[in-house]
Amino acid sequence: MYDTGKIIVGLAIFVGLVTSPIWLNKGKAAPKPSPKLDTPAIQQLEKKECVESRQFMRSTHMQLLNEWRDRALRKGERRYINKKGEKIYISLQNTCMKCHSNKKEFCDTCHNYTDIKPYCWDCHFIPEGRKTWASTEGHS
Amino acid sequence: MGIDRRSFLKIVGLSALGVSSGAWEVLQPGEVDAAHGHAAAEHVEKAATRWAMVVDMRRCKDEKGCTKCIDACRLVHNIPVIDNPKREVKWIWKEEYEHAFPDSHNEYMPDELKETPFILMCNHCDHPPCVRVCPTKATFKRPDGIVAMDYHRCIGCRFCMAACPYGSRNLNWINPRPYIKEINNEFPTRMKGVVEKCNFCVERLAKGLQPACVEACHCGALLFGNLHDPESNVRRVLRSNVSIRRKPELGTHPCVFYLV
Repeated sequence: MYDTGKIIVGLAIFVGLVTSPIWLNKGKAAPKPSPKLDTPAIQQLEKKECVESRQFMRSTHMQLLNEWRDRALRKGERRYINKKGEKIYISLQNTCMKCHSNKKEFCDTCHNYTDIKPYCWDCHFIPEGRKTWASTEGHS
Repeated sequence: MGIDRRSFLKIVGLSALGVSSGAWEVLQPGEVDAAHGHAAAEHVEKAATRWAMVVDMRRCKDEKGCTKCIDACRLVHNIPVIDNPKREVKWIWKEEYEHAFPDSHNEYMPDELKETPFILMCNHCDHPPCVRVCPTKATFKRPDGIVAMDYHRCIGCRFCMAACPYGSRNLNWINPRPYIKEINNEFPTRMKGVVEKCNFCVERLAKGLQPACVEACHCGALLFGNLHDPESNVRRVLRSNVSIRRKPELGTHPCVFYLV
């Protein structure tokens, strides 16, 4: 075998470079996200429970939101009956965000952690987030 | 052993018969349902509700310069006000008679009619061409006759804008948010790259309210009701008055009626 030394050194450098993110970030794990639930609307609730159980909402809120979207828009059904039999008005802005008015401390913590960028907010309102709309953007 | 000529011809003959029996149904006399648009229209006919609008221009013309319906719609649906006519977004707007009804215009008609701006909006057609051309089914027809839009699905291809003979659809060429004057927190905005239009206030109808323009009109020029109920307000008015519709010859069956 020719150039054994060069090949081995080359391989070692290559492996080092490829795995460098692991070494460089060792011990710097991003903190586990902790979404905050202390909005005024939630604090006023007697029983602090979402539309469905906490476990269900944690794992399945995206499917639930998709289902809500299609139901309200395409079928015109704006009532959701949860597992406890309660009727809930289907609306992201007017149901979800009325309680979870702290998008930054609630939605964004996990979405940033998992690097998910939902496009909900291109159209739906972030509660009291209108100041961020640049009024000078893109003149006609 | 290979297949002989005689049995080969038998197989070919039988296969031909099999294939043609499928085609037989198509060749039968009668109408072939070529487009699902027809099926949707039948569905609409069976429904108990068919929303429609009547615009009484005899009342509207006395209120010169009134924009109450337009303002109410803008506020309720967060519609941007963009001065550039190439980029404007409108759900309900004013237009002269000769542009609104280009086929029934003549120079000898009353000046009043020629000069009065007509109130125009999406006609929520029975046979909506926009729905037929939409490649993603972002725009669709509800059983109650409303031609609705699912902005989540709109890809901004503008086929619907080309298909609509009434100019009822506008594309958001730019982010509309900076151009919204007053904001209604209950209703979303749209984003750059989607088409939008009048939705007959589905979100208000779901709560049992009248459309915002109808509620805002103080001279009673806008009437909204169920076309499938013979005793409804719109049916009564249409029974006792002569009404016209925009470009009915196109066969779209518009459901906004005008009394002149």
